[in-house]
Amino acid sequence: MSVTGVTETTQYLTFKLEEEVFALDISKVREVLDFTAVTKVPRTPEFMRGVINLRGNVVPVVDMRLKFGMTKTENTVNTCIIIVEIALDGDKTVLGALADSVQEVIDLEPDKIEPAPKIGTRLRTEFIRGMGKRDEQFVIILDIDKVFSADELSLVQDSGQKASADH
Amino acid sequence: MSNGLEELKKTFRAEAMELLAALESSLLELECSPGNQETIGSIFRVFHTLKGTGAMCGFDEISHFTHEIETLYDMVRCGKITPDKELIDVTLAAGDLIKQFLTLDESSTGELAEQEAGLLAAFRKFMPQEASAAPSGKTSGAVAPGAPPVQAKQVTYRVRFKPFKEIFRGGTNPVLLLSELRGLGDCTIAAHTDAIPDIYEMDAEACYTFWDAILTTDKGLDAIRDIFIFVENESELKIDIIDNGESSLGVLDYKRLGEILVEKRELRREDLEAVLQTRKLLGEMLIEKGLVDPQTVEMALTEQERLKQIRENRLKIESMANIRVSSQKLDKLVNLVGELVTVQARLSQTCAARNDAILLSISEEVERLTMELRDNTMDIRMMPIGSTFSSLKRVVRDLSIELGKQVELITDGGETELDKTVIEKLHDPLVHLIRNSLDHGVELPAAREKAGKSAGGIIHLAAAHSGDHVVIQIMDDGKGLDPRKIREKAVKSGLIQQDEQLSEREIYELILAPGFTTAEGVTSVSGRGVGMDVVKKAVDALRGSIHIESHLGYGTTITLVLPLTLAIIEGLLVRIGGDHFVLPLSLVEECMELTGKDISRHHGRHIADVRGKVVPYIRLREHFMTEGARPEIEQIVIVNSDNHRIGLVVDSVIGGHQTVIKTLGKVFRDIRGVSGASILGDGSVCLIVDVEKLIHSIEKEEVAG
Repeated sequence: MSVTGVTETTQYLTFKLEEEVFALDISKVREVLDFTAVTKVPRTPEFMRGVINLRGNVVPVVDMRLKFGMTKTENTVNTCIIIVEIALDGDKTVLGALADSVQEVIDLEPDKIEPAPKIGTRLRTEFIRGMGKRDEQFVIILDIDKVFSADELSLVQDSGQKASADH
Repeated sequence: MSNGLEELKKTFRAEAMELLAALESSLLELECSPGNQETIGSIFRVFHTLKGTGAMCGFDEISHFTHEIETLYDMVRCGKITPDKELIDVTLAAGDLIKQFLTLDESSTGELAEQEAGLLAAFRKFMPQEASAAPSGKTSGAVAPGAPPVQAKQVTYRVRFKPFKEIFRGGTNPVLLLSELRGLGDCTIAAHTDAIPDIYEMDAEACYTFWDAILTTDKGLDAIRDIFIFVENESELKIDIIDNGESSLGVLDYKRLGEILVEKRELRREDLEAVLQTRKLLGEMLIEKGLVDPQTVEMALTEQERLKQIRENRLKIESMANIRVSSQKLDKLVNLVGELVTVQARLSQTCAARNDAILLSISEEVERLTMELRDNTMDIRMMPIGSTFSSLKRVVRDLSIELGKQVELITDGGETELDKTVIEKLHDPLVHLIRNSLDHGVELPAAREKAGKSAGGIIHLAAAHSGDHVVIQIMDDGKGLDPRKIREKAVKSGLIQQDEQLSEREIYELILAPGFTTAEGVTSVSGRGVGMDVVKKAVDALRGSIHIESHLGYGTTITLVLPLTLAIIEGLLVRIGGDHFVLPLSLVEECMELTGKDISRHHGRHIADVRGKVVPYIRLREHFMTEGARPEIEQIVIVNSDNHRIGLVVDSVIGGHQTVIKTLGKVFRDIRGVSGASILGDGSVCLIVDVEKLIHSIEKEEVAG
């Protein structure tokens, strides 16, 4: 009741970036893949890791750690790509999010979710839908549509222009 | 229920649009050759079909509207009304109105009612006064009264023409009559000459012969009778219908007695064959017994053969009917085949590594099937460009009237096949180009005559295959482009500098720049400077190119070169660092090595020496900001961009690669220099380089900084 927007869905997929636990609305997640070869698209910002082949479709992959201002994701056995379906300019778009590891699917009642604190997280508050708690650890619930909004991804373009201006 | 009707309406809309397109070309054809019964018939049929199916699918306005036109064209068909230009104009307008009815919601059709009433009034003017009176007996077409057939049926008749002996005395030559009969359709004629007596007893002025003819025609019984109308009293004429043109499905299906018995295991096949051997053909037996003469038997046999053939052909045509498939389904199929091709490439690679003979042979079989499947699927998407051409004829016709010019559009190569999506996207650019040729190219009749040309101008539109490309040419015999004028305009609008050196070709290509126009005044047709750049954009989006040639005073030729399909690209696979890229093979001219020595000789400037010629190059590694050191020996791929040779330096060239193009999606929509992606044999993704855009963006950067 305390947070608007978090009223019905109660299942979340949790994943780790560095030591922090994040969560995604499970209805946005299509599947989770092991890390595969990513092809870098030239002249795109560093957080755009590139594209992968998802059963014949070319899907862009975003490095979540770089996107949230952490260091670049290292490849480990646990590294995986969470395939999410988001609405980009009103169209459904499939994107991959690179995470250190995927944890579990958890149930969170809406009343267990608190609004995002204004300070204290390294993230921009608009990316956060709320904070949940799981085994004495805080879980940051992301608003994935905001994280991958057209404005955020249009950085792709800006960076390209900056790069060409620097050139 | 309502859903079913919606579906029906959708199908009707698609079908009606096709019918209207056919109507338009028929009308234009009629304009050129009035009185062509076939064309009039096809126009009539369009309205008839629209009326019938329109009513069925709930398009009452269309049904009502077309009913009146149908009545009118029925009269045209019967020769009561002669089609003139005015009628064709009104009918074209009617076609447009029907199109509007189709595209608009039912709720807003009220606005069109006024137009409809106007057109109907115009149509009524053509109706002869006695139109309401009942049709007077025989008409020249001899169409069966009552419900007119949707499509004239091919009916087969057996005609026996037995003239009396005295027929020659009246001056009649039966041979002429027979050859007239032959003219009606597919005809076999046999003469019965048994009655001819010995030469001593023969009366040279008597006719002893009679004829049997098997005739397949759609002209009707009366047409046959008409031929013999003057000899009715001097001969015996017998006409029987032996095949009425109805569907004959099942007629061929009966089994012979012997076969049934064998199937039921009542009779062994060998026994049956032995019995059949002893049996003579019926005809032979009849002749032996002297019951009929050999000619009669032969004629009967011909008749049998002919009927068999006709029915078989009809079956073939019936079974060759087309299926209407939505293009979405087709796109999905193409995608699936694309994936299959990729997976198959991986399979072949894996099998080759395993060195297992059995596995290898299976994989080769899969490869063959996949390639065949791919070619066939691509073939399904191919459509002749002719439909676009005929819609352009209308554009030319309307526009030349509007502008007071006499222009004829001659089309060539309408059967040239292109990918459906390419054809769809090509329509608007072609309309633009044709309008331009008409407005700027072809002069007014007076000016043409002054220049020593015929008053009527000609725009020649041709399409042809050339390798894996299609070349479309628009040629006009107008006044041509004036390079001096174009230059002035371009300088004025700031497109080029006053002292810029440009070749004639480059000057012509200035007309493709946004905002460029040479027309002095803005007309409804052109002059606003939008158009040619839109054409250029559309052609670029199709991965095609535009070339302009012109001779002042003699005309302009615009050539579009387009790829056959958007789905597949023939490319050159190269490697830069750890990543693979595909360069469109159509642009690649040659590949060669670039060593450190070459670079130092040019003091680090990006210029290579190719057999004595200077070729500037771009190091893709630098432009793409690839990590890692560059190898000692690099490869330089020389591409042709806008008629300039430019080198692209890569780490290594791997080889030819035919690939299915995948779009990169919205996320990367603003990336320049990459037009798409493709999937390699090992499942990884490689990027397709958009060479022209890449070079343009680099040129811009260099000019800017």
